[in-house]
Amino acid sequence: MNVVVLGASKGIGRAIARRFAERGDRVFLLGRQAEDLARSASDLDIRGGQAVVAGTARCDLESPDTFAPALAAAKQALGDLDVVVVTAGEFGTQAALETDLERTRHLLDANFTGTLLFCEHARALLLPRGGTLCVLSSVAGDRGRKPVILYGATKAGLSHYLEGLDHKFRAAGLKVVCVKPGFVKTGMTAGLKPPPFATTPEAVATIAVRAIDRGTPVVYATGIWRWVMFAIRMLPRAVMRKIEF
Amino acid sequence: MATAAPDTPVSRLSGWGGTSVAGVERRSEDLEAITCDVALTRGLARSYGDSSLPPPTHPVAAGSPLADRLLAFDETTGDLRAEAGYALRDLTRRFLPRGWVIPVSPGTQFVTLGGMVAADVHGKNHHRDGTIGRHLQRLRMRVGSGRIVECSPADEPALFWATVGGMGLTGHILEVTLRLVRVSSPWIAGFSRRISDIDEFVVALKQSASDWPYTMGWIDCLARGRHMGRGVLICGRWATKDEAPRHYPKSLPRVFVPFVCPSWVMGRTVGRVFNEFIYRLHRRHGRLKMLHPEPFFYPLDVIEHWNRLYGRRGFTQYQCVLPDSAGPGAVRRLVEMLSGLGGASFLCVIKDCGDEGQGMLSFPRRGVSIALDLPIRDNTQSLVDQLNEFVVAAGGRVYLAKDAFTRAQHFQAMEPRLARFLAERRRWDPEGAIRSAQSVRLMGDRP
Repeated sequence: MNVVVLGASKGIGRAIARRFAERGDRVFLLGRQAEDLARSASDLDIRGGQAVVAGTARCDLESPDTFAPALAAAKQALGDLDVVVVTAGEFGTQAALETDLERTRHLLDANFTGTLLFCEHARALLLPRGGTLCVLSSVAGDRGRKPVILYGATKAGLSHYLEGLDHKFRAAGLKVVCVKPGFVKTGMTAGLKPPPFATTPEAVATIAVRAIDRGTPVVYATGIWRWVMFAIRMLPRAVMRKIEF
Repeated sequence: MATAAPDTPVSRLSGWGGTSVAGVERRSEDLEAITCDVALTRGLARSYGDSSLPPPTHPVAAGSPLADRLLAFDETTGDLRAEAGYALRDLTRRFLPRGWVIPVSPGTQFVTLGGMVAADVHGKNHHRDGTIGRHLQRLRMRVGSGRIVECSPADEPALFWATVGGMGLTGHILEVTLRLVRVSSPWIAGFSRRISDIDEFVVALKQSASDWPYTMGWIDCLARGRHMGRGVLICGRWATKDEAPRHYPKSLPRVFVPFVCPSWVMGRTVGRVFNEFIYRLHRRHGRLKMLHPEPFFYPLDVIEHWNRLYGRRGFTQYQCVLPDSAGPGAVRRLVEMLSGLGGASFLCVIKDCGDEGQGMLSFPRRGVSIALDLPIRDNTQSLVDQLNEFVVAAGGRVYLAKDAFTRAQHFQAMEPRLARFLAERRRWDPEGAIRSAQSVRLMGDRP
């Protein structure tokens, strides 16, 4: 399989790229820093036991003009694209974002505007012969909640967009996979106390790759979150106003 | 990616034995970036005492486990370059199927390469292969002044050998290059037999050292009288292709200690039953068996969070080396002393050590190493003090990666090499920026 991973040098993206490399798929890495991508490429080649990385290219969710050249470079290196995975994004606690609107703007740009525009480029490339677009959203997007209002809003919009894509293009051969992790212990969340059901990037990667293989439109990581969020969505507004979750 | 995350930072950091301090661990895939202004870098926090804990006035440590990329591997020589947070468990799982292993392995695989270098770990093959320091090619590190420096036995050798076994006090280790070794199969040809007392143990360890690359002994520290120091001698080597099973060793299930147990769980009564069971499990005269490498090298790793068995107060591991020059009866006297002081150790491991390495604070030296797991009780400090006085008199030393109770005067009496280490440290870190709770306790660093 030929796979493009945006955000491959860190966290969940790194773990997903490793899963693909370990089973011998060819990968093309997109990210913000060339040197960082080169180090990740070495890592994947050694783990794969062969040259699995077809190349790397600079791509920044806050710079939409990097999207088309990056995906074109991936297509040129891989030939046909089978899977595009988007894991890049920003995180900020509600308290931090409320007091720093510039940071909030960056988060909105990266997690929503940038991600959707990148997905539109990827969709155009994947559609002619079919393929899979896998994007990391979050359980935070399932309902407006006090601790993740702004971050959750970007993920809610993203999940909504991915569902629409699935409805419109499934029949045309484009599989859209929306992965919704709960709290994941990555560099982004370091220093925060892990809540119950916190998981690792490796566990999320296993679930994501399985969903890509099966074409599952929505998958929670880990599965317990499907039921937790179902319960949260059922809660009356009066209760949501009272709880801090 | 993430959901509701409390803003409160993790407010305590602890060693494997339960020693803890107020502190925060900063983690990132970019280890270089997060080591700019912290006092210490820690890996998987498997050192038992306070060596991976930051000092009280600068309670922020960098955590390396997310910096775990493999950067280069030479299939012909086995040279591997990796980021310092790369874990031994992943190394074994990735490279053993290809016929490569790390040449020196400690008793757990939940350690990072950086941590292994900092502690200059040794294994069951110390008498033959020395410590990990002997197999290192190069280190990349951020020294106390903030500079990024590369060192090796040829370039900046003093910094290199101060870092090997230097408990992370010479700088933040960022990358490690070491040479893996080829093995003939992924299985261990192992052998174990009962040993009836401590004197026989020392002799048997020395004798088997010439025949076996891997040797160690488990001692029943609760046995008294003529059985004092009885135990099991365990030897092994990598099996040849012909004798090894054709299939690859399967992944083993791990059991899990879900909560911190009451302190009586690791008390004397349970200890006696456990020790009797282990002793009887082995034959009087052993025979060669094909063994899975993981339980052979890392027997305790099958129990996740086994440190919780020791209760809320935790435990300390007292590990010392008694040099050959202390005479043949030194090990017996130490075990007698431990029995006399009532230090019931659930687990006691004895190992044969070879020549001292070049690491300036490297632990092993030619002699016998004894490691005792001691539940923390009201008298633990006095017990460790008395054991240390014996070790100082015998010309031995304690292992810093395990230590939480040694006093500065005992440590300094054990370490004639300390002045040279401190001088080299000062050369790269004149302000004394890099330090740990342990270096404050033992080396007089500012808190």
